[in-house]
Order: sequence, then structure tokens, then C-alpha cells
Amino acid sequence: MNIQAHAVQGMDGYLPGDRLPSRWSPRSRDLAQALGFACLVLCVLISLFFLGFLIYFIASRGASVISWEFLTEAPRRAMTRGGIAPAIVGTFYLTAGAILFVMPLGLASAIYLCEYTPKSYLVNLIRLSINNLAGVPSVVFGLFGFAVFVKGFGFGVSILSGSLTLGIMALPGIISASQEAILAVPQSYREASLALGASHWQTIREIVLPSALPGILTGMILTIGRVAGETAPILFTAATFYTRGYPDSIFSEVMALPYHIYALMTEGTRPELQTPIAYGCSLILLCLVLAVSALAIVLRQRQRFSYGS
Amino acid sequence: MDNKKVRQFKEAVYRYVFAVSALASLAFLVGIILTLFTQSLPILTERPFFDLLFGRHWYPTHTEAEFGMLPLIVGSAAVTIGAMFVCVPIGVGTALYIHELASERQRALLKPTIEILAGIPSIVYGFFGMVVVAPLLQDILHIPTGLCAFTAALILGIMATPTVASLSEDALSFVPTSFREASLALGANRWQTLTKVVVPAAGSGISTAIILGMGRAVGETMTVLMVAGGAAVIPRNLFDPVRPMTSTIAAEMGEAVMGSLHYSALFAVGLILFLITLGINIVAELISRKYRLKLGLGR
Amino acid sequence: MALEAKIRASDVHFYYGQTRALTGISMEIHERCVTALIGPSGCGKSTFIRLLNRMNDLVPNTRVEGRILLDGKDIYHPKTDVVELRRKVGMVFQKPNPFPKSIYENMAYGLLVGGVKDRGFIEHRVITALKKAALYDDVKDRLHDSALKLSGGQQQRLCIARCLVVEPEVILFDEPCASLDPISTRKIEELILELKKDYTIVIVTHNMQQAARVSDYTAFMYLGELVEYDRTDKIFTVPKERMTEEYLSGKFG
Repeated sequence: MNIQAHAVQGMDGYLPGDRLPSRWSPRSRDLAQALGFACLVLCVLISLFFLGFLIYFIASRGASVISWEFLTEAPRRAMTRGGIAPAIVGTFYLTAGAILFVMPLGLASAIYLCEYTPKSYLVNLIRLSINNLAGVPSVVFGLFGFAVFVKGFGFGVSILSGSLTLGIMALPGIISASQEAILAVPQSYREASLALGASHWQTIREIVLPSALPGILTGMILTIGRVAGETAPILFTAATFYTRGYPDSIFSEVMALPYHIYALMTEGTRPELQTPIAYGCSLILLCLVLAVSALAIVLRQRQRFSYGS
Repeated sequence: MDNKKVRQFKEAVYRYVFAVSALASLAFLVGIILTLFTQSLPILTERPFFDLLFGRHWYPTHTEAEFGMLPLIVGSAAVTIGAMFVCVPIGVGTALYIHELASERQRALLKPTIEILAGIPSIVYGFFGMVVVAPLLQDILHIPTGLCAFTAALILGIMATPTVASLSEDALSFVPTSFREASLALGANRWQTLTKVVVPAAGSGISTAIILGMGRAVGETMTVLMVAGGAAVIPRNLFDPVRPMTSTIAAEMGEAVMGSLHYSALFAVGLILFLITLGINIVAELISRKYRLKLGLGR
Repeated sequence: MALEAKIRASDVHFYYGQTRALTGISMEIHERCVTALIGPSGCGKSTFIRLLNRMNDLVPNTRVEGRILLDGKDIYHPKTDVVELRRKVGMVFQKPNPFPKSIYENMAYGLLVGGVKDRGFIEHRVITALKKAALYDDVKDRLHDSALKLSGGQQQRLCIARCLVVEPEVILFDEPCASLDPISTRKIEELILELKKDYTIVIVTHNMQQAARVSDYTAFMYLGELVEYDRTDKIFTVPKERMTEEYLSGKFG
């Protein structure tokens, strides 16, 4: 029997079973692959190099500035001496305020979108707003907050105005993180609860939310990290160069870590004394934000296993 | 039964509360549009729109004030386009590395690292650019000032890289493994499989990632405010200082007298900026919708 | 009929991490015959077939022991070029997996990645393969439409045709009809019978009737071991092992 008897009979002048008329030797193909992969490795190294470079500079120059006094004292002598305590406290108030405002709102939105099967045009409209809100530049939120909260509602440059502005900026992130967590709860949980005679809201409160809680918290923590580092939205709504003491009400203007860095670099007359303080301030902010996002990442990695998938 | 009525009433109340909350996003978006529009109305009625958008001079505080936004728009465009040259190759390359070459362990390390890179506040990038990168580039490139469009573009590019990388990686991971298996089973090597099947299949997802990275670069404020140099003139080359739209708003809002034309003009800049990012988002949305259909993922 | 062994597996063990999935499989697969692998789900038949073109290389934390020879050459030898191997040993998967490209691009893919530039040659091969897969008449007017617009059965035949373009010597079918309706299944089976004139075929199936209809040889596997392997007519009429008989008569599985 003719082993070469392939069904491809030689029409059009091509012989059956011929070796492919290959122009690429296996070697040149492998070469292309090796080159391509080398480029990819290079890309990763560049990303990592820049991250390392940045952290190294800020850490090495910032570390020498940081001391107990630096963390607990107010700035003195036109920001050339002293610490950054009011800025740390201010950032804490602004972030806490933003979270208090946005968490209930974001969670409720996510529950509505996931659990209440609203009309599809409504879902599309809301989804579209969320996506677009997420893309709005932070400085535009600042403009909005200034026109509406500072001037319109007369809250003035204050913790309240800043927190609300930061909260609105964080809303899309909170909604999508909560939605993701809620959608990850297996449908069988809901069915089991409803089949036992629980009402819709009971099922959400007793079954869905507790199961989704870790995911929701992770989203919240990531948001904290992002909000704490934002500058542009508080530029005209909450922040000030210098306060004598700590804020005494939600209508006080405050110092904030990110804004303080900016102020140190652009205001004042003694850059040689201010820049080291800015390094210290950046290191504190960086540590704060990185610690918070690392925490969120670790939490999320743990949750991956929670539904046995 | 009373109990039943109470329960039904509660259910209805909750439903109502949740629905109202969900509409908040829409309300805020509409609120932003209305605010920007009403606040910029004075300048829009005072000056012809064409002169605002394409005027070559931004002298907001002169006695004969001029509000031509062209220098600001060109500034934004210059740093954004420059940033794309940095973040697209590095971001997509990193995503491909993670997808194709990284071992399980490397992946477990790289993905969080990229996320951390994305989480670094823009003020830190700006500060770093101002005190480290700008002087360095000034020395290396022998340019008059390191605070220029080039430096801003470089740093913005690095900032946008994680966005592009992680969204591209998501897009790549949506490509069914069956495509990869089929390609390898047909005798393609890994590079061919990657470039001819996986990347084209993830193509629109990667485009979305790039577009959203661009959105991030256009809207970035603090970095360009600190690094781009701040001259509101049309740059002649990449090493001139520029003043993009975002940093104009950030730098001048503090000084503008409320109700003045300058104040209104800054809101008009905000409006244009908002419309640009809105356009970017809509394009990204359209592409990603098409992409889901293409891979048969629905919705 | 020539009964040369195209593939010879000797004492093959396979591990997913610590778990052993295959234990001491030894069998010869004959040239230009259809060999069916049957057995209950999880018995290792898919794992085994994926070893034959080293598809399991893609699964992390796996390990192979033993030897698998294709035409007398060890395919797990460190110097084996996996790409060359997969050109010789094509595969059709459980679910149809056309690329999101046009029908024609799908078909030409194997040649393009092999470095073939001659358009005439490519077109010729594509059309021949489509004809062989009995798909040509269905698609000849829409070669440039997306392959995803085809029905499930057509998609699977496209995948088979796509595999034929490269002119492999062996074709592996991993439950090719698992997601298809009876009529499409029928067509695929007819195709397999047609193809065995030219190719060595290995098919994994959990459908015993299908094995009986298309195969010349049948291997019954259970819990990672090869229980019995013989001519299909013998296995189905006079099985030697009790377990084979019980499986075939539906007592378990």
C-alpha cells in the first residue's frame, strides 16, 4: 500500500504530501521568538526599575528627616522647621469623611444594580454614568466641589467640602468593587435563603452582604489609599498651607499631606530647608498609601479561596 | 395580616432607597456638566467660542485679558502624546510578559507590584519628577530647564503604565485558552501564537486599555503642575515648558476672583477637559462593547 | 492492512503535582487506523491523548515518566522540537475553538505560522482541506465571514479542516462531539471514517456506540490505568476483562 497516498491529489500543479515550501527555517522562527521575549523582559525591567528608583530616592532621603517630633509637631518658622502632624491629622479627617459619605451610597448603588434587576435602560444609564464619572479628571471634581460645596452651599473651604468632593470622586470605584463582591456570591446561596421563606431584603442582609463583606472591605481599603493621596480635588475645597492648631469642626480648613508637599515645593522662600521636609512628607504619604494597598491586596488574595473556586 | 403588610412596606422602602442611591452617580455626572456649563457661561457669551478654543494667547490677568486656550490644549496634547510613547510599549509589553512568560510565582509578585505602582499618589510622582528626574535630565540632555514637556511626558507615561498594563492583562486573560491550544496544536510557536492569535483576539481590549491610559494622562493634574514648567505659550519643541489644561486650572483657581471672566474661563477650560475625557470614555466603552461581542462574552 | 505502530507508549506515568493521573500505560497505536479511548470520566483518557502532542506542557506542575515514541522517536526527548511535533500530530478539541477571525484566516493560519508565503499554495490547501472536511459547499460563498458565525457542528468541522491544512500524520480528537447535536455528530463520525484512509486517528469518547461505529481499536481505561486494549470488534463482543464487560454493559461509569 502506498503510504504517500494522501487524498490531496496534485491539482493546480502542487504535489500531494509535499513538504511545506517553508521560507522560515525553524531557527529564524526561534530567533524571532527569542527577540520578542527579550523585549517583553525589558519592558518589565523598566517598570520595576522606575519603581525601585522612586522608592529608593524617597526612602533614602526621607528617612533621615523622620523623627518622633516630625510626626507629632506642627510646622514652625514658615514651614522651615518642625513637623507635619496637622497635615497627617487633616488627611485622616478628609479620608474618613469621604469614606463615611461614599460607603453607604456606593454600597446601596451596588445592591440596587446587582440584586434588584432594574430595567435594563436604567442599568445602562447608571453604568454609563459610573464609567464616565470614573474618567473625569480629578481637578474637574475640584472645580465642581468649589462651585457647589464651597460657594453654592456655603460650606466654605472646609473638611466637609473636601470630604464630599473626594467622596464623589471615589464613588465609581466603590460601586464597582462592591458590585464585583456581590456578584461573586453564588446564586445558590440566594436561592436557598429565598426557598426557606426569607424576604428579598432579608436575603440580602443575612446572606448576600455577609458573604460579600470581605470583598467590599477590600474595595473600601483600596479607596482609602487612593483618597488619602489625592491633591487636586482638595486644592480649592479643603486644603490650606498652614494652620496654627488642629481643626475644631467640619467647617475648618485643614492641612493635608499631599497638599503640604506641594506647598513646600512651590511656596515659601527657603527651598533648601523645605525640600528635606517634603522628602519626609512624601515618604510618610508613600508608606501610608503603600501599606494600605498592600493590606487590600493581601486581603483579596485570601478571599480568592473563599467560595472554593 | 399586619405582619405581612409591614414586611411589604419595608421591602418597598428599601427598594426605593437603593434606587435613589443608584441614581446618585447619574446625578453627580449631570451636576458636574451643569456646574461647568453654567459657570463658564459668562465667558462663553462674552467671547466668541472659536477665539476661546483656538486663540493663541492666554493672558488671563492682563488689563486687556485674552483667553485663547490653544496653548493649554497644545500643552495637554504634547504631554499626553509623549506619555503614550512611554506607557503603550512598556505597559503592553509588561502585560504580555505576565500573560505569557511569567511563572506562577512571578505573576503572583508582579501583579500586586503593578497595582502598587498604580497606587502611588500623583503628588509623589510630581515631587520626584521635580527634585530628581528634572535636574537629571537637565544635566544629561543639556537643556535649559528640566521642567518641560519632555519630563512631564516621561513621568506621566510611567504613571499611566500600570493602568495600561493591568487592563491589557485583563483583556489577555479573557482570551479563551482554547485559542492558544488550537494555535499551538497547529504548529505555531509561542511567539507566533501570542502575536497572531492572542493579541489580535484581545486587540480591542488592549485598545481600550490604551485609551483609558490616555484618559488618565490627559486628566492628571499634580504631576504636570509641578513638572511641566508652566509657561502658557505654544511650545516650539518637546523641551519647552508647557502649561496643560489641568495645571492651568489648579494653578490659577486660587487667584481668580469669583465672578470674574478669568474665573469663568477656568471653568470653560474644565468644560473642554471634561468633554475630552468624556469622548475618550465613550470611545473606550464602544470598543469594549464590540470586543465582548467578538469573543462571545455577552453584555 | 499494514499494522505498523505509529505511536508506541511504554510505561507512561503522569502526575498533576502529587496526584498520579496515569499509571503505567503501554500501548501501540497503529498507522492509519482509528483508535478509540473509552472509559468513565476522570479515567485519564483525555490526559493521555494530550500527552501525544505534548499539550499537557501547558499545564503547570505536571510531570511525565516513561516513553512515547512517534515513528520510533521519543517525543519527550529534550531535543524534540515541540512545534515540529505538533505539526505532525494535530488535535481537535472538545469544544469547537475557531479563532475570532474569518473562515479563510482560520484555515490558512497553520500554513502562515509555518512560514508559507505562496498564496496560490495556501488557497489550494485550504480548499482541498475544506472539501475533505465536507465543509466546502457550506462555506464557499462566505470564506471571509467570521468563523464564529458558523453553527457548532460547522465550527467543529472547520477545526478539523484547519488541522488538515497542515497535513499532519496523526490527528487527535478529544471528545469532538461532546457539545454537538446528533446530526452534527453523525457528520463528524462519517468524516473520521473518511479521514482514516490517510491519517492515524486517536479519538477520546465517552460514547461507547461512537467508539464501536468509528474505531478499529479500542482501549478501555479506568482510574488512570489501561484495562484492556484490542480490536474494537473483540472488545465489544468478547472482552477479556470483567471490568470492561461491566462498563460496556452499563453496570458503571
